[in-house]
Amino acid sequence: MVERMFVQGNEAVGWGALYGGCEAFFGYPITPQNEVTQWFAREFPERGRVFLQSQSEVASINMLYGAAAGGFRVMTSTSSPGWGLMQETISHCAAAELPCVIVLVQRGGSGAGSIRHSQMDYITATRGGGGGGYKNIVLAPGSVQETHDLMQLSFYLADKYRNPTVVLSDGILGQVQESLETKTIDFGPLEDKDWALKGRDKNKDGKRRLINSAYGVLPLPPYPNYISWLTHIKKKYQEMEDAELRYEAYKAEGADLILVAYGYTSRVSKEAVNMARAKGLNVGLIRPITVWPFPYEIIKEKAALGCKFLVVEDSLGLLLEDVKIAVQGRAEIGLVSILDRHIPTDGGMIMPGRVFEEVQKLL
Amino acid sequence: MAKKMVTGNPAIWIDPPGAAMYCPGCQHPVVHRVIADVIEEMGIDGEVICMLGVGCHAFVQVAWNIDMLSCAHGRALDSGTALKRLKPEAIVFTVQGDGDCIAIGAGAFVAAMTRAEKITTIMYNNTNYGTTGGQLAPTTLLGQKTTTTPRGRDASVEGYPAHTAELAATFRGTVYSARGSVHTPANYQRTKKYIKTAFQKQIDGAGYSFVEVLVACPPNWHLPPVECLDRIENELIVEFPLGEFKNEDKII
Repeated sequence: MVERMFVQGNEAVGWGALYGGCEAFFGYPITPQNEVTQWFAREFPERGRVFLQSQSEVASINMLYGAAAGGFRVMTSTSSPGWGLMQETISHCAAAELPCVIVLVQRGGSGAGSIRHSQMDYITATRGGGGGGYKNIVLAPGSVQETHDLMQLSFYLADKYRNPTVVLSDGILGQVQESLETKTIDFGPLEDKDWALKGRDKNKDGKRRLINSAYGVLPLPPYPNYISWLTHIKKKYQEMEDAELRYEAYKAEGADLILVAYGYTSRVSKEAVNMARAKGLNVGLIRPITVWPFPYEIIKEKAALGCKFLVVEDSLGLLLEDVKIAVQGRAEIGLVSILDRHIPTDGGMIMPGRVFEEVQKLL
Repeated sequence: MAKKMVTGNPAIWIDPPGAAMYCPGCQHPVVHRVIADVIEEMGIDGEVICMLGVGCHAFVQVAWNIDMLSCAHGRALDSGTALKRLKPEAIVFTVQGDGDCIAIGAGAFVAAMTRAEKITTIMYNNTNYGTTGGQLAPTTLLGQKTTTTPRGRDASVEGYPAHTAELAATFRGTVYSARGSVHTPANYQRTKKYIKTAFQKQIDGAGYSFVEVLVACPPNWHLPPVECLDRIENELIVEFPLGEFKNEDKII
């Protein structure tokens, strides 16, 4: 059944989670994602699913850790300061291989920064801000519909790899209203969660389940020691990197200049591409849908063909780092950043016209 | 009269803990044994799910043949809350140390009691951080020397010992709170009764239940095991009186 509605990106998080089989939401109030928490408070209990307001973001993520260990599909949502608080246990979830979904609606930083939009958490989202160098698949929607669709994918990928998945949104994408079609997307079958804690007598083999994140201290079967476990984790991260890369190439074929952007600035960039094309300029866009794994290869290929790049992101230049890695010094890279907003307050935005100006300078 | 086995290991013991994981004279494995006996006697070993904190108590994961989750430091009650909300039929209990529960985990502890979670906590109180080398804990006695209070705990600097069982009793969501010890056979038996009562409160759906147990830590107390028992008798239970602080059948 398809239902059509006109909703905010933050509400699309809820609809996507609902249709994606999410069973519980644990969250703490923080702007600009409050519509997410309020959506779950309103919609989940009456459908027999669990909503609980936690006492902090630290609690939210540790609630996910416990619920995921029971084999449940669970999620939380937060914004930048709360995201910082969650890092330790995101690392624990990755180490204990507990699937869960964390939505990050980015706001301005550093510190308390602003309560409006930004794209300033790219590095901690893609690299992981907790200890140990773990990896999470990070999905970056560019519209309300895609927020809904990627929420469903996020639960599937979390279960498939027994790993946290991050959905990277921002204050603009969260607040914007667009039309949405809700429906369940079928990604294929998954294995039973035989590893989950149910109470020993409910386990198929009647044996206990023990889950920990301390393989160096108390190794668990089938990993006899710390390095054998790290070898397994490394192999899993490689499989995620090889199989789950997603990006959109828009008018990028044969382009002289390619814009690189995700989230709300990808919408702005697409508009700038259209403005440039209307003037006969050969400009395209590469929009990472997964920012980890990152589409290094396509950018590297375009750089080898002599293409220039323009990164458009609402920060001081973080996505820029990944584009530099891809290009390896072989092409010119420009940046339209948070300093290029149309007004100098926290409500300022990067506008298509400003991006187009920079396009003309580079070509 | 049918013969009843009164010696040997509890059925839920995978490996008797102690030799490998614990220092000579440590009373953590004694409390592990008490909890194991209670779980076995109540016949709930197939239904319990244990949330472990971080500290010496967490080494029990090698010993008990029950489902267990080793949690982030101080967060066992957050993780337990979520699991219990999603699996109300499971008997969820946390095993935590004093540092795990009332220092780093104080927020989670207070929040769980505020929400009246139907969970049971057993907190091992050895008045210091045993695993990391005997540092100051909220429960350290005044004057007690630790590796981070080398001149002894000074109230003007580190404040006063935290009374966790008494604090727990002040919350409406808590239906049961007690403090026991295992330094004499009589106290061992009383503590066993406290733990059994605490589990029963959860099974009855009454509210949050809490048992603190005083335990010896010979290497960090710098005392032989027998003198540790004297310290519990003469110093610890003076500061931390034993007994039940709250025992209700429902939240009042």
